[in-house]
Amino acid sequence: MIMSGKTLYDKLWEDHLVHLNPDGSSLIYIDRHLVHEVTSPQAFEGLRLAGRKPWRISSILAVSDHNVPTKSRELGIEDPVSRLQIETLDQNCRDLGITEFDISDPRQGIVHVIGPEQGATLPGMTVVCGDSHTSTHGAFGALAFGIGTSEVEHVLATQCLTQAKSGNMRVTVNGNVGPGVSAKDIVLAIIGRIGTAGGTGYAVEFSGEAIRSLSMEGRMTVCNMAIEAGARSGVIAVDDKTIDYIRGRPFAPVEDQWPAAVTAWRKLHSDADAVFEREVQFDAPSIQPQVTWGTSPEMVVPVTGKVPDPDSAANRVNRDSMKKALEYMGLRPGLAMTDIHLDRVFVGSCTNSRIEDLRVAADVIRGRRVAANIREALVVPGSGVVKRQAEQEGLDRIFMEAGFEWREPGCSMCLAMNADRLEPGERCASTSNRNFEGRQGYGGRTHLVSPAMAAAAAVAGHFVDVRTF
Amino acid sequence: MEAFQRIHSRVVAMDRANVDTDAIIPKQFLKSIRRTGFGPFLFDEWRYLDRGEPGMDCTDRPLNPDFELNQPGCEGAEILLVGQNFGCGSSREHAPWALQDYGIRVLIACSYADIFYNNCFKNGLLPIVLTKEEVDRLFQEATSSDYRLKIDLESQTVIMPNGDCLNFSVDGSRKYRLLNGLDDIDLSLQYSDQIREYESKRRKHAPWLFRELLPL
Ligand code: SF4
Repeated sequence: MIMSGKTLYDKLWEDHLVHLNPDGSSLIYIDRHLVHEVTSPQAFEGLRLAGRKPWRISSILAVSDHNVPTKSRELGIEDPVSRLQIETLDQNCRDLGITEFDISDPRQGIVHVIGPEQGATLPGMTVVCGDSHTSTHGAFGALAFGIGTSEVEHVLATQCLTQAKSGNMRVTVNGNVGPGVSAKDIVLAIIGRIGTAGGTGYAVEFSGEAIRSLSMEGRMTVCNMAIEAGARSGVIAVDDKTIDYIRGRPFAPVEDQWPAAVTAWRKLHSDADAVFEREVQFDAPSIQPQVTWGTSPEMVVPVTGKVPDPDSAANRVNRDSMKKALEYMGLRPGLAMTDIHLDRVFVGSCTNSRIEDLRVAADVIRGRRVAANIREALVVPGSGVVKRQAEQEGLDRIFMEAGFEWREPGCSMCLAMNADRLEPGERCASTSNRNFEGRQGYGGRTHLVSPAMAAAAAVAGHFVDVRTF
Repeated sequence: MEAFQRIHSRVVAMDRANVDTDAIIPKQFLKSIRRTGFGPFLFDEWRYLDRGEPGMDCTDRPLNPDFELNQPGCEGAEILLVGQNFGCGSSREHAPWALQDYGIRVLIACSYADIFYNNCFKNGLLPIVLTKEEVDRLFQEATSSDYRLKIDLESQTVIMPNGDCLNFSVDGSRKYRLLNGLDDIDLSLQYSDQIREYESKRRKHAPWLFRELLPL
């Protein structure tokens, strides 16, 4: 029998195998455990009730992000429930000696932004967090996936997880995208084609020239949304860009360990003869800026397109969900995407709130004004570090002069757990990752787009093709 | 965890595909720092005509008369029959907690979202996968009021009112844990020595992974 090579996912998996159970599931070791305030209190409570202690404190990095206010932090947190969650995390971290960036820490930010930014996410690691967008960290050649609260407790107590190995799937994006087309458009186009269950049961490796050409920020955007394609994890092979990004970060390997680390990281790619159970190919030059029209990320069309007609659906299930989505979104079939007028614009979230995203958005609005029909346009940087960097570059002024609000870091209107939210019926161009019903506020209508497309829409008051804007 | 017994219950059919966890338990309830008390808010936005907030008393809230769980005779149902890709979206474990707290013990569908599927087992819920044809058949039959099914995890069968049996597969260790009400952490800690051994090897080969994350 000829042995085929290993995929990157195979290598990462084997490298973390502690014990193989008779039923085929495995106990795998977890290198990095990221913790936030929403999915951890019950885990810490469970641990305490069972009289257990965390296995390895130094593997844990905690931060509050989902509930934090993005207006001035000095006023404290108004909502008592939000405040209780945040204080509970602070207390748990203090009690156990866990490193936490609390809301007064200059490094505080969205958990998936700060991990890589601090060098706490490294190639070859297993990275978990009680949050589905943990897939983001796969951009570094790490095996990263979201877990539930029981699993958070399990990792705290054992430093391991019991998992069944996923299948291998590869999405190859050949060629290069045109100007004005970003990582977000690539991943939305992928989800538009393969669907929100297209990657279910697989670890998806993103490869091809278009992926290699992306910056680390762009790669994080792509892996971030792997979960929206149904895959628990997305991975991208390590290359020079990966290593350059990590060099010098606060928690990156210290100098005398650096060469050995880099040698190990260079092996983190799929072998040339590796076999994937599922392969999908995309042609990058044909990918256009994308806009979602419905209540699932797969309900997406190019900005040059129209709101689709449910009667064109392949089957009854699709037709019904399209009808429901259009009703919720208040849209009629055949409407040009560029005729959709907006009430709000949100630039932020772990998908698109890194420095590069803010630069691109600022470039589009430089010297322009937010349209009169836009009630609110928000920029919420992904972290304190991103915020300060942007301010050094003068991006904050560009945004504010154009009529955007410049906020403190956090998840904000990505899921509206804090005070930033849509009112019922309001329509928003958002750089986040989910357009589910009520996601950005009860009755709110979300259209997912790239930062450049969101910025252009803010200026125009409706969607426009940023390539001709 | 409560051991999983044989179940004989009324079935509630929800013929909707891609029901996401935001629909199962809307995000305003994620603010709780407890594991219990979510049942009254299960499917909150669909179930009630007003907006639910944590801590609310649900007894006098206006019910949506069209919603499946609000149909007469559905009280106390332990089996929920649902469309494909149930539980997609956010990984919140509050979704199985809410189902469990409401009293649901068994889900039947032709597919589930991965994380949700795993979370069910960890919380004593049994998510049964049947073929599309079998699920369609159940949907057709479950329209009659007081439609009941028997679920026998031991023999991995769904027993229909006319006595027909539908077999389902379930991973052996998950079945064992459900039947015995065992905690995952206890099972994993049986391998403590192996974990320690792995850890010390890894520390030697990749010491940079074991750096202390120091405060500022
Ligand atoms: S920004 Fe949005 S998707 Fe990302 S972690 Fe926060 S809530 Fe989740």
